[in-house]
Order: sequence, then structure tokens, then C-alpha cells
Amino acid sequence: MVPTHHYLLLGAALFTIGVVGVLTRRNIMVILMSIELMMNAVNINLIAFSGRLGNVSGQVFAIFVITVAAAEAAVGLGIVIAMFKNKETMNINEIDLMKW
Amino acid sequence: MSVEQVLFYVFAALAVISALFVITLKNVVHSAVALAATLLSVAGIFLTLHAEFLAGVQVIVYVGGILVLFVFVIMLISVEKSIVERQFNKQWVIALITAVLLIAELGFVVWRGKDSLVLAEPAQPAPSVLGVTGNTQLVGETLYGQYLLPFEIASILLLVAIVGSVALSKRKTQAE
Repeated sequence: MVPTHHYLLLGAALFTIGVVGVLTRRNIMVILMSIELMMNAVNINLIAFSGRLGNVSGQVFAIFVITVAAAEAAVGLGIVIAMFKNKETMNINEIDLMKW
Repeated sequence: MSVEQVLFYVFAALAVISALFVITLKNVVHSAVALAATLLSVAGIFLTLHAEFLAGVQVIVYVGGILVLFVFVIMLISVEKSIVERQFNKQWVIALITAVLLIAELGFVVWRGKDSLVLAEPAQPAPSVLGVTGNTQLVGETLYGQYLLPFEIASILLLVAIVGSVALSKRKTQAE
């Protein structure tokens, strides 16, 4: 049997990769994909504990996380399209209307 | 090593490697393909944890729904311009230091607490009130029984997201 902390370490690794993607990339599509990566890391943790504790609630929460991820992707991609219509760019450094 | 262990380590390695490809590749389409590989590997990891329903949901909703949506949007916008640009921010050194600190902290906490995570025996799912034992039946019963109100709230969230994304992508230029 795989020890539980190996699942947690995998989740931590995927989450950190997602954080690096959000913080370093300039392309907004890659940033949205990195957010999906982080949500997957959370799901791995939830389902690892659900399987090890024999409690299905973790899997139900993973379903809610997937729901939120779908909503986030829909709104995020709507923002990307609106942004591309107005500025013709995918580079987040050029979206500086609210920066001072 | 048992089959479960071999499968877990293979899928974990695949997931981490393709996740690294997601954030390093220049072409967004290649990133999307790497993300598909990551999501499918995570579905495999769900299978090693006997969460068969979630593995199916992962493949259908994530790979079949969300990722296809990503690819559609990539198709609508021009990729060529963003490939020749610089890919990483100026703050990437600070970001990398932060990430190293984060993984060190998470790894340290998990490593210190690993003995308390060892269960004497992996608990079997308790048989439900309806007497069902399959994974899908158990998830369905918990979702529509104990978590009925969160389920309804999630459906409202999806409705709001649909309305919001339609309102966002409606044509609204300065000329009008």
C-alpha cells in the first residue's frame, strides 16, 4: 500500500508547480492552466484522505472543487476573450489599467 | 512492490513531469496538451485510491470539458505573437525563491507528520443506510443526502458563471 504522505507530497509538488506558473508566466492562458493544476493538487489530497479514512465526504468535496474549477474556467476564459477584443494581447503585463 | 504502488509512482511521475511542461513550454497549445496528460495521470491516481467515480468525472469534465474550452479559446486568439515574446516575468527569481520556500515548508510539515498519517488498516467505507457499497452509489447518496444544500448552491454558482461569462464576452466596443 502506498503511504498516505506520498499522496500529500505529490499534491504539494503539483500545487507548487501551479504557484510557479501563476507567478512567473506572462501568458494569461498558462496562468489559468496553472490554477487548474493547483485545484487538482487539492483534489488529490481530498481523495487521498477520503480513501484512507473510508469516508466518502472527501470525494463529494472534490466534486464541488471540480464545479468551482469549471465555473472559474468559464469566467476566466470570458475575461480572456474580452481582454483580447480590447487590447489584442495575451500578455498580462500589458493589462495595467488598474495599476498605479 | 504491488501493482497499486507501481501504478501510483508511474502516474505521479507522469503528473509532475507533464505539470512542469505546462508551465515551461512556449506554445500555449503544447501547454494545453501537457495539461491533458497531467489531468489524465491524476485520474489514474484517483483509480489507485478506489475513487472510480471521481476518475470518470475527472476525465469527462476536466479533459473533455474544461480543457476543450481552453483549446477553443486558444483557437480564437492568435498564438503566433505570444510565442516570440518573452515568456517569463521580471519577478521570476523572487517567485522561484517563494516557491522553493513553499515546497520546503509543505514537505517539512508532511514529513514531520507522516507517522500520524499511518492508519493501522485502511478503513472500509461504512455501508450506507440504503445498504449500497459501490463507490458511485456511495458518492451519489452522500451528495444528494448529507450535502444536498451545498449541491444546490453549487448549481447556482454554475448558473451565475454561465450568465457572467456570456455577459463578459458580449461585444462591447468603444464605438457603440
